[in-house]
Amino acid sequence: MDKKGMTGRKRTFLAITIPIMLLFFCFNTLPLIQGVIYSFTNFKGYGSFDWVGLRNYIDLFQDSRVGNSYLFTFKLAITATIVVNVISLMLAMGLNSKIKFKSALRGAYFVPNILGALVVGYIFNYFFTYILPAFGKMIGSGTLGSSMLSNEKLAWVAVVIVCAWQSIAMNTIIYISGLQTVPEDVYEAGSIDGATGWKKFKNLTFPLILPFFTINMVLCVKNFLMVFDQIMALTKGGPAQSTESISYLIYQNGMGGGQFGFQSANAVIFFIVIVGISVFQLGVLGKKEEQL
Amino acid sequence: MKKKVNQKVNWPVTILLILGLITVAFPLYMTIVIAFKQPSEMTNSISGILSLPKSWSLSNFAEAMRVTDFWHSLFNSILITVLTVVISIVIHSLIGYAIGRNKGHSKFYNFAYLYIVSGMFVPFAILMMPLVKQTARLGLANWVGVIILYVVFYMPMNVLLYSGYLVNIPMALEEAAYVDGATTWQTYWKIIFPIMKPMHATVAVLTALGTWNDVMTPLVIMSGSGMTTLPLAQMTFQTQFGTNFNLAFASYLLALLPILIFYLICQKQILNGVVNGAVK
Repeated sequence: MDKKGMTGRKRTFLAITIPIMLLFFCFNTLPLIQGVIYSFTNFKGYGSFDWVGLRNYIDLFQDSRVGNSYLFTFKLAITATIVVNVISLMLAMGLNSKIKFKSALRGAYFVPNILGALVVGYIFNYFFTYILPAFGKMIGSGTLGSSMLSNEKLAWVAVVIVCAWQSIAMNTIIYISGLQTVPEDVYEAGSIDGATGWKKFKNLTFPLILPFFTINMVLCVKNFLMVFDQIMALTKGGPAQSTESISYLIYQNGMGGGQFGFQSANAVIFFIVIVGISVFQLGVLGKKEEQL
Repeated sequence: MKKKVNQKVNWPVTILLILGLITVAFPLYMTIVIAFKQPSEMTNSISGILSLPKSWSLSNFAEAMRVTDFWHSLFNSILITVLTVVISIVIHSLIGYAIGRNKGHSKFYNFAYLYIVSGMFVPFAILMMPLVKQTARLGLANWVGVIILYVVFYMPMNVLLYSGYLVNIPMALEEAAYVDGATTWQTYWKIIFPIMKPMHATVAVLTALGTWNDVMTPLVIMSGSGMTTLPLAQMTFQTQFGTNFNLAFASYLLALLPILIFYLICQKQILNGVVNGAVK
């Protein structure tokens, strides 16, 4: 390309990039900055407000409700990530083996992922409130005889089950595409060396699909930390605030509870936590991949 | 040559997988039978709830449609999803192209790339409250605002996908077009945009699934505008008529139906899109 062509090309690229970056700035970066600014005020969401410096942040670390929401969200994210990845990996290996009705089965197992989390939550809400207790009474179990969702100790398990039900579908599909990248002759070479069962999985399959494991871990942790719809549909944070996720608390008290400023500080901390975890995960898991 | 033994169907695994499908099918079965029943058929025992309905009457659906204003919310959901997908494909592929072609040798475009892609880590929770104020001030506390926000929220992921895909498209194509007298803008629309078709499909699937099922953005941005989307209508329904479960489940089933039908038709494209999006 000659010089005239290059200038025209550069101008076109700039004419595309600058307006779109401005749009992104206005609806992503600007509100982010505003959020940080509000976090230093006692703004209620309406009326006038004062600067309070770091007051919100200091209060945040002493607020037991905020502390509990972090504990619950992390408990949920860690448990659900483990459950989802173990089941998805097993399911993916099953669906990738020599089975009949392969594509129909794969298609069917993916269905939960396309359904809206809110409606799925409402359906499971009914299941946990009416069907499971009826079943519990039938088999004479005291714990299952009443609704899991109104049990302070068990409600979070119900949330894990619903989150897992939907996420397993997604993670399984990613693991299947990972397993398909493993060439057949690796297994043939492995079987000559006597690799079978668990050994074959640990030494051959798993290292080869590690990049897909990384993707699933990052996806899972990020999605579960931001959980909202399921909480809204299942428990609304109850019973006794035992299932209040961070996003739900920010929504609930920031939008309606007159804590705009305080919950902005909470959101800033939440943002830092998410970035920190994502960077950490990519760093650690990325390093592991290099070693292999 | 592979031995014949290798091709033998693994029946135990097949049967286990079919049995495992119960976990997927059961909640859907439950939804269907409850949606067709009358309240009088719902006794407190499991068999009362889970048995097949006496008659497959559509009256619950008609009533649910009326109460939730189904056609309006369906129309709104389709409007928002389709416009978001179309605008996303146009805008995100354009900026993906500009960035993808320049980030290797230009500091500015490399910055633009990192700036937009890092937006992926910003949780909606921190943007939510300022955005409510901002959209209200700009007169965008409605479906238009929701679409603009979706276009911004999906930009990081889609720019990553498009600029990654561009690496595979040789520059020689564009140079040839330039020699023929085409400007960069014309080259883009005539040559590059059509070549990126597989990536458009991926972007369309991911963006559509995300916006169709999203609750939080319309809930905080346009709940005051009197317009609802399909998931939002279920939420209103739940709080107002939550005790008539047969009606509620008919409404849930109606809300799930469009995406289920869409999945039945485009299953292959959806699966491909989801995998491409996650793996790249």
